[in-house]
Amino acid sequence: MSTYSLEHVKYLKELKRKKCQIYVTQILIIIIIFLIWELLSRLNIINTFLFSSPSNILKTISSLLNQNHFFNHVWITLYEIILSSLISLLLGFLIATFLWWNSFWRKVFEPFLTILNSLPKVALGPLIIIWVGASINSIIVMSLMISLFITIINLYNYFINTNQNYIILLKSMKATKYQIYKKVILKANLKNIMSTIKINVSMSFIGVIMGELLVSKQGLGYLIMYGSNVFNINLVITSVFVLGLISSILYYLIEFIEKRIN
Amino acid sequence: MDNTILKIKNLSKIYHDIKGETLAIDNLNLDIKDKEIIAIVGPSGCGKSTLLSILAGLEDKSSGEILFNGKQKLGYMLQTDSLFPWRTILDNCCLGLEINHINTKENRNKVLNLLKKYGLFEFKDKYPNNLSGGMKQRVALIRTLATNPDILLLDEPYSALDYQTRLALSDDLYKIIKQEGKTVILITHDLAEAISLASRIIVLTKRPCQVKKIYNVKLDKQSCPTENRKDSKFNEYYDKIWRDLDVNL
Repeated sequence: MSTYSLEHVKYLKELKRKKCQIYVTQILIIIIIFLIWELLSRLNIINTFLFSSPSNILKTISSLLNQNHFFNHVWITLYEIILSSLISLLLGFLIATFLWWNSFWRKVFEPFLTILNSLPKVALGPLIIIWVGASINSIIVMSLMISLFITIINLYNYFINTNQNYIILLKSMKATKYQIYKKVILKANLKNIMSTIKINVSMSFIGVIMGELLVSKQGLGYLIMYGSNVFNINLVITSVFVLGLISSILYYLIEFIEKRIN
Repeated sequence: MDNTILKIKNLSKIYHDIKGETLAIDNLNLDIKDKEIIAIVGPSGCGKSTLLSILAGLEDKSSGEILFNGKQKLGYMLQTDSLFPWRTILDNCCLGLEINHINTKENRNKVLNLLKKYGLFEFKDKYPNNLSGGMKQRVALIRTLATNPDILLLDEPYSALDYQTRLALSDDLYKIIKQEGKTVILITHDLAEAISLASRIIVLTKRPCQVKKIYNVKLDKQSCPTENRKDSKFNEYYDKIWRDLDVNL
């Protein structure tokens, strides 16, 4: 450490200071927004019945925390996200691998995938409920609809766009297709696979909430729906809050894993 | 009994696409002798890389024969080093051993010896990003040598590098090939590289390519490539081959 020149020490300090500034400003922005929100509601400028207020949200959270079933709701939503995310990643991986392996079927399925991916899946909601039934299965299917196709398309595009020189090199060594897959395709795309997982999880999240809004008797999406039906805005905003919290935790968790891998 | 190691007989290659067909190689005949370094030069786009790809088994030929004298192992080296950034230098070098399921301790030790011999041992646990372009190409050569091939197929191996590095690597390549006793088929567009390195130069015609001329390079004193460039006969060869290539823009 002490071997650095004075200028470099100064440079490092400056770097640290700037980073700190950014963090502080971010936190300040959040605090200011909440303060203004609270102030406006205290001064009766906005109607807390419609817009709630930070103190009301806190109260709602503390009362929810005292009820067992709140964690149940959170857990159900989390469980659905993890389950559908795992299923769509697994299926996505298998199908993307198959399409990379076999260019005939890739060309056959390409337009279907594009259409399925661009179709607004919410439109399938009513059908899914009729076909699968108003249960947790509907939610998983809804979520799969939303996350699976983008996962497949992303993965196989990454797979087929792998640096050709790596593949030529392995072919010149008389590698089998499986060896090329294992030693090049998977390894060269590790970063891309991680970013696909990120997209997949957030898509599954969207799908699960969408499904819960459509059918469900449990979960955060259900709480939001229920809250809006009985006009309990505190409950709605609090649930949205918890959702935001879960999604950022998931995001940073994956990012943490991503950094560990690289 | 001559020492021909590889015989190319009436080799032809046609490329097909929806607009039509292109004859890339037309009835090419060539004999390659054991332990010789031959350089193949030709106008750009003449099909010299195609020829090498066919020899390496990466592309199919349309007709003709490629006859090896006995079982010959081939090592193919690309224009770019193509080292895997996620593998250490040692693991990159052992790639061919892994692919062929001969990644034994003994073979790994051989690779380590090669790394030691050619000044890369201290980098064995480093990743390619830590190495200069020239060093990476040297690693790529060792990766090619790791499976102990009899014939090296080099496709413009140094064309992606700067001039000084290329000169240095030519010497390097020459030294390594001679020490390891390999037959080399080198594709290059750099005439100076060809003359200074090779014992025989094959000049190809424009597409569809055929053998236009063969030069047996006989310099006054055969030495390492950078010295060969100073040889009195060097410019003579250069002029002749340059005229053969008949480059027009």
